[in-house]
Amino acid sequence: MELTSPTEFAKQKVLAVQDYTVMTAQSVANLFRKPLYFADMIQQADLIGVGSLPIVVLTGFFTGAVLAVQSANTLQRFGSITLIGQLVSLSMVRELGPVLTGLMVAGRNASGMASELGSMVVTEQIDAMRALGTDPMKKLVAPRVVSTVFMLFFLTVLSDFVGLAGGLVVSKILLNLDARQYWSNAWQSLVFQDVFMGLVKPVMFGFIISTVGCFYGMTARGGTQGVGRATTQAVVAASVLIVVTDLFVTQFLMNVLSYK
Amino acid sequence: MSAPTLPLDSASNAGHDGAAYAIEFQDVHLAFEENQVLRGISFCLPFGETKALFGVAGSGKSTILKLALGLIKPDSGRILVLGNDVTQTREEDLFTLRAKVGIVFQESALFDSLAVRENVAYRLIEEHGVETPDIERRVREVLQFVELEQTIDKFPSELSGGMRRRVAIARAIITQPEVILYDSPTGGLDPITSNTIIELIMKQRDVYKTSSLLVTHRLQDAFAMATHQFDPQTNQMRSLPRGQYCDVPMSFLILRDGKVIFDGDVRQLAHTTDEYIREYIS
Repeated sequence: MELTSPTEFAKQKVLAVQDYTVMTAQSVANLFRKPLYFADMIQQADLIGVGSLPIVVLTGFFTGAVLAVQSANTLQRFGSITLIGQLVSLSMVRELGPVLTGLMVAGRNASGMASELGSMVVTEQIDAMRALGTDPMKKLVAPRVVSTVFMLFFLTVLSDFVGLAGGLVVSKILLNLDARQYWSNAWQSLVFQDVFMGLVKPVMFGFIISTVGCFYGMTARGGTQGVGRATTQAVVAASVLIVVTDLFVTQFLMNVLSYK
Repeated sequence: MSAPTLPLDSASNAGHDGAAYAIEFQDVHLAFEENQVLRGISFCLPFGETKALFGVAGSGKSTILKLALGLIKPDSGRILVLGNDVTQTREEDLFTLRAKVGIVFQESALFDSLAVRENVAYRLIEEHGVETPDIERRVREVLQFVELEQTIDKFPSELSGGMRRRVAIARAIITQPEVILYDSPTGGLDPITSNTIIELIMKQRDVYKTSSLLVTHRLQDAFAMATHQFDPQTNQMRSLPRGQYCDVPMSFLILRDGKVIFDGDVRQLAHTTDEYIREYIS
């Protein structure tokens, strides 16, 4: 294997960031330029949103459930077991719902986008599309970005809800707590800032997942091996970006929303 | 083999917008990182002519087609397609020009998630937004032209290599472009299928007067194009007498080390004294 010099490596990375920035800017600008591919947006929304439902529901439910199981022990020690609804609710809505849904959708859809677009690149279908007078950025990238942002928002809401339901099941069946008390605690502990934070994150994560997936797909080189590499890189990059962005967004929103 | 006639409307190939040539390359240079692929390529493709591009693998033949379509930009030089300088034109504006240029890619490049119908109609559906009865009619006409009407509902993965190549030709000609670029249309195909495809290209040249660049490794295909003519009466290609070879609008261009080493007709090619070319065509 040929070794790359550190300078060359740094140049490649800077160039990649530049290309990614240009692509994301184009994908946003294309939302305001005709033609808008509504049919493709609906199709992608179905693939990304409806297709991801099972994993999002399962992940959300069991995360809420395990959160209740784990925290029950500690809360019991302090005689605060009734606060379990509050704990599950805040953790799911503010943090775990958006992040875990983002990671699940990244694993499923960033890889799907990278492999699909990468295959199209290496088989010259992207060139064919341009040759036939269609802008691949409008036809392929923009619908994926819009659909992922839109659907991840609702998938996160659903994940939060089933996560609370998971906590409820554990509280009722394993801890013999009153379901109404759990639900009322969970519901009343949420304030505007929590919900706002929990709903801003999926919008940003959806944008990251789709643009990273499309970027690695559109820049795939080197045949089927290149497509495989692009797929792996897309999932890794999207997942890492989600958790890193999560920290900064959380800190930023806490400052902006004057959390106490 | 005989192929059905493709009905063309009166607008077909009418007028050249004052351009002197269908395609003109002026001192084009291109390098991919350290690899200098093209070193000052210059040639012209007159209207109605087919020019066969030869050269060893990696000599830049397919790159020339992509340059002509503006899919990649040269490092220097000018490329005029139907009088438009594609090197200076923005990508958004190139889409209009590309409507007048068809291309058949080396591996067909059909959209594998679309059926043959949608592949062939792709450009028309993009223009109109929806599939109309008129689009359906035109799709069937071009598929009849390439004798593949029965495959209209199939997906590319269900077709043989030769069939895919013919569907790609149908997709390229459905809008009756003024120029068609063929990238190894017979590569990897059996002689009978290759012959069918060459006949389609010849028909496009002789009946519809379409200008084209033909990248090929198969000398016999280019020589067949130079020594035969499509006869619309019998709907078949026929061999020309030796003295009439130059009546056919067909020329040859040979590349070596990123430069043009030959650009001329079949007679000039046959009488060349260049050792490399003689060895190449022998």
